[in-house]
Amino acid sequence: MATEHNHHDQVGHVVPVPLLGGVIAALMILTWLTVFVTKFDLGSLNIFIALGIAVIKGALVVLFFMHLRWDAPINGIVLISSLLLVFLFIGFALMDSAAYAPDQIPGYAPRINP
Amino acid sequence: MTDSHGSEGHPAHLQHHFDNSRQQFSASKLGMWLFLATEILLFAGLFVAYAVYRSNHPEIFIYAHYFLDTKLGGINTMVLLLSSFTMAWGVRAAQLGQRKLLVALLSLTLLGGFGFLGIKYVEYEAKWKHGLLWGTNYNPESHDDHTGADEHAEEVEEAPTAPETGAPDRLNLEPTVVPPSATGPAGTVPPGEGLPHGQGAEPDNVHIFFGIYFLMTGLHGIHVLVGMSLIFWILLKSIGGAYGPKYFTPVDLVGLYWHLVDLIWIFLFPLLYLIH
Repeated sequence: MATEHNHHDQVGHVVPVPLLGGVIAALMILTWLTVFVTKFDLGSLNIFIALGIAVIKGALVVLFFMHLRWDAPINGIVLISSLLLVFLFIGFALMDSAAYAPDQIPGYAPRINP
Repeated sequence: MTDSHGSEGHPAHLQHHFDNSRQQFSASKLGMWLFLATEILLFAGLFVAYAVYRSNHPEIFIYAHYFLDTKLGGINTMVLLLSSFTMAWGVRAAQLGQRKLLVALLSLTLLGGFGFLGIKYVEYEAKWKHGLLWGTNYNPESHDDHTGADEHAEEVEEAPTAPETGAPDRLNLEPTVVPPSATGPAGTVPPGEGLPHGQGAEPDNVHIFFGIYFLMTGLHGIHVLVGMSLIFWILLKSIGGAYGPKYFTPVDLVGLYWHLVDLIWIFLFPLLYLIH
């Protein structure tokens, strides 16, 4: 009865310190890595690598520091919904922005700073 | 008093419309997550401005990011990450009723906030002195006259400049996509005859980058200030022993807010400082 009661009234999930320590270590290494890779010119890959590392870091923060790994699913659904809306927002804005032809006559560049 | 049900009395923190502490905690947390979702959408507007402008004018971002100090930005990232770590540990301390540890960790978190804003101040001040500002305030030449008028001013470090020899190669590969509409008569030039774009020279409208930079980091900085005020508030309350295993909701929710501020910076840092 006592254990059942404890379980019922237990508030939140307690994260062990070594896990928190591991997460912060990983975050530090990833921060160093994201600075380090800018030394290499990988063309258009650079931005995707930088954003990929940022997404991994963000996932670590959200899952462990923000307890989402152990949380009620509804909290994760709220977060992911907002992120989907952000993607929609940025995606449509970029699609619209790309819909304007920079060159009126194909192959001919527009005059810049005459 | 210690039991939330099974007896008539219930803990002081438990509102009468909740069954138990756990349910009250879950409800508060959901409310906080909904608020954080609106915060993410608030910042999304600025990320859209960034994405659209950078996709149309990559040359401005490549030119302007040389004026940002990657070392300071990187240190600030680590300071903020560390303060997030102490905050997460603080939530644990509150859950376990470790009052002294909680006070120490919240103080460290607050210190991290001060450290972040201090470094941010150094960066902002350098931009201010060198006229690297938004809109019509963008006037990078204004500091260059080393005349008598400057003597009273404190020592101003040399403005960081885009490398004259290294940059142009890369700049040439990143032509602007959208022509400036207001310069010169409308017309086109045959391929190869046009002026190579950005001959180590400054592209037009660099001030837009600094407008975006100051809006994004500024709004983030305001959030850091708000987070620090909240941490200060729960720090004062935790000194009085307000939080324990049964009730630590404010610590947890302020922690969530602080982590969100960290999360935003995790994306701002590579997008603003690490442009390639």
